[in-house]
Amino acid sequence: MNDLPNVTGIVAEVQERFSDRLDAVRVCRRDEIYFDAKMDLVAGFSGHLYKKWGARLVSVFADDVRDQENVFHLYYVYALDAARAFFILRVPVPPDKPEFTSLTNAIPAANWQEREIQDLFGLKLIGHPNPSRCALHDDWPDVHPLRKDFDLHTQLPPFQGERHKFREVEGEGVFQVPVGPVHAGIIEPGHFRFSVAGEPVLYLQLRLFYTHKGTEKLFENLPVTHGVRLAESISGDSSFAHATAFCHAIERAAGVEAPPRARALRTLCLELERIYNHIGDIGAIATDVGFMVANMHALRLKERVLRVNEQLTGNRLLRGMACLGGVRFDWDGAQIKALENLTAELGPEFDSLVELIENSSSTRDRLEDAGILKPEVARDLGVVGIAGRASGFDHDLRRDFPHAAYDRVKFRVPVYQEGDVEHRMQVRIDEVRESLSIIQQLLANLPGGAVRVEIGELPAGRTALGYVEGWRGEIYHWIRTAPGNRLARCKVKDPSLQNWPALSEAILGNIVPDFPVVNKSFNLSYSGTDR
Amino acid sequence: MFEILRKSLRTGIVTTSYPETPVEISRFARGRPEIDWHKWEDARPATAACPTGAISFQDTGERRITRLDLAKCTFCGLCAEADKAIRMTNVCECAARRRDDLVTEASYSLKPDGRHERLVSTPDSRKSHLNKTASLEPGSLDVLGRKIKTQVDSVLGRSLHIREVDAGSCNGCEIEIVGLNSPVYDLERFGIHFVASPRHADMLLVTGPVTRNMEMALRKTYDAMPAPRLVVAVGACGCSGGIFGQNYATVGGVDAVLPVNVYIPGCPPNPYALLHGILVAIGRLSPAPKPSHPAV
Repeated sequence: MNDLPNVTGIVAEVQERFSDRLDAVRVCRRDEIYFDAKMDLVAGFSGHLYKKWGARLVSVFADDVRDQENVFHLYYVYALDAARAFFILRVPVPPDKPEFTSLTNAIPAANWQEREIQDLFGLKLIGHPNPSRCALHDDWPDVHPLRKDFDLHTQLPPFQGERHKFREVEGEGVFQVPVGPVHAGIIEPGHFRFSVAGEPVLYLQLRLFYTHKGTEKLFENLPVTHGVRLAESISGDSSFAHATAFCHAIERAAGVEAPPRARALRTLCLELERIYNHIGDIGAIATDVGFMVANMHALRLKERVLRVNEQLTGNRLLRGMACLGGVRFDWDGAQIKALENLTAELGPEFDSLVELIENSSSTRDRLEDAGILKPEVARDLGVVGIAGRASGFDHDLRRDFPHAAYDRVKFRVPVYQEGDVEHRMQVRIDEVRESLSIIQQLLANLPGGAVRVEIGELPAGRTALGYVEGWRGEIYHWIRTAPGNRLARCKVKDPSLQNWPALSEAILGNIVPDFPVVNKSFNLSYSGTDR
Repeated sequence: MFEILRKSLRTGIVTTSYPETPVEISRFARGRPEIDWHKWEDARPATAACPTGAISFQDTGERRITRLDLAKCTFCGLCAEADKAIRMTNVCECAARRRDDLVTEASYSLKPDGRHERLVSTPDSRKSHLNKTASLEPGSLDVLGRKIKTQVDSVLGRSLHIREVDAGSCNGCEIEIVGLNSPVYDLERFGIHFVASPRHADMLLVTGPVTRNMEMALRKTYDAMPAPRLVVAVGACGCSGGIFGQNYATVGGVDAVLPVNVYIPGCPPNPYALLHGILVAIGRLSPAPKPSHPAV
């Protein structure tokens, strides 16, 4: 880690560039730097970071601090690979003028996040191309659940507002095809409204947040130790990744680092999560084009991984393993042997599954050129994770911002330019092989010692950003601590929130029957998005 | 084509023979927690450690009523870490026909420092005694209920079509439900299929918590089903609302919206637990025996 980029230099440059307009600069941690400014600087600040330093806006969120400072705060989080650091811009919004200027026209990735702030905090969006509701459906009363004066247990009156109106596409022979929220398969709920002329899709509108469960508000009502368990329930397939991102945030706020063995075990669990999801997805993609046999083999392999998960952590989805300051359970020789056996057997079995799919020309025919997401569109929308890497996005927090024990292993980050279903599957295939290698590298050299350190009483009033590259993409948890081991705010950012709008782009011009496979190739989390 | 066949033949049969053979589950797996009621000295540490309120107590004067609610339990094992009188078993077949059957209560007299003096009663045993008396009376609700159940079992007990609805879950339960279609668990060997439409379905398999935004969709799906129909609530959230409980965005467990025939606890319930619950719902397996109570 002696090749760390010079953060100080970049901070100094930014400071000099905006000298008179920055109210404060705070280096909270080496890779987490806060800038205070007014609303009118946001566009210029973003533009500068994007052009000069190749930054990406990874999260936009709000916080209600009216009780202490009589303002709302908006936070803009930028990832700067050049500095291997996150620059976080904080701007105040006065309660007597609760509005903020939209960045969406310049940075489309901000679209849904800004609308969510408008819904949940009641801050009015100015200059947004489509400032309609997103997190709260149209038939909700005018409430703003993440304001501090809104009680978690508020009983809202029955549905009474206007039903959602979908945008009409007009023309001869144009029809709307509504799908969901209850789908034909065993998947999460969401509504898709296709406008079609014949078979090809002209326009796809998404309506999500059916599984909005008040998760972020609930974090504010739980002691932090219970917060870990809640984090496991944000998105079931990313239980361990979300819980670990949450633990990272708390540990950073407390100024504590998990011991080396705990970091290694976390990495192993993260990779197991990646492997079982990728294998499941590869099988599901094959199913959606009618190649059931491949899915049966994939489900059989996935089951093997889930059983090893159970043997290692007591739960097939790795739940209950994460905890603040490390992990809950250390593994004995027999458990480690089980993991070794799994990786040894899974390698050839997985190769054989991939071969089966690659040799099926009718399957590949359906995958090639289906649901293309062009690299420039992906870049504009800020698409992350596997979907991004299949469309030229060369980022992976495991490599670019090493966390857990990723600084101790060597691996390749697969990146393709084609952006079709086939390459979203190819990224998964490559990543499973890299994950198996990561597990073997770690097992060959597993550190000893404790798997957990005490966090102690969490200091109040601290902020921290925790992050993890989950199997789907980058996960961020931002927290502000409150007295008594509690949180005043926990912002959860699942990669899906950023990636959903890309699905609408990728499906354009494709036929409706290809939608399931295109959707599956993204496999975005509804619950992670809706929270 | 030849390769596909060869691979299948080489793989052989991977399907479990459950329920003829017992579940194959790791000894490390966390299933239902068990409380040693006699040795339980204090309900407070476990209650504080429990993230979902599955373990709780209520003090009235010198009496304490303690409660273990499997419908809320996520089998996380934090109670067992906090209290030696609690042990995590790897028992996963916990499905019950009534919400009450998942609740165990016991009351204690208290020492001045708030610790338990001795076990005073297990109110549950009284409740089951009452039920037994009621069932003797012809025409009672219980007898009628059993009659209807036998009819339902004879209609649905042999082949069953299931519509799954995610009414707000985190997707954890869905991962395991999808697993039922894998060659390892192979639900179809029982003549049970997942279907795409509620109009073809005999059973609604619902995961939750039911969110405000999904409540209407869930009701409409149920209304679209032909009678007789069964509803099975899956997972801690489906059974009780789980860690989310009831809040501005969720209405709680599935039974807050629909009549539920079987509850399958777990977070998520593993495929064995799901198979068990589904087979209980159609009368092909019996519900889990209620955790036994110590005699006072």
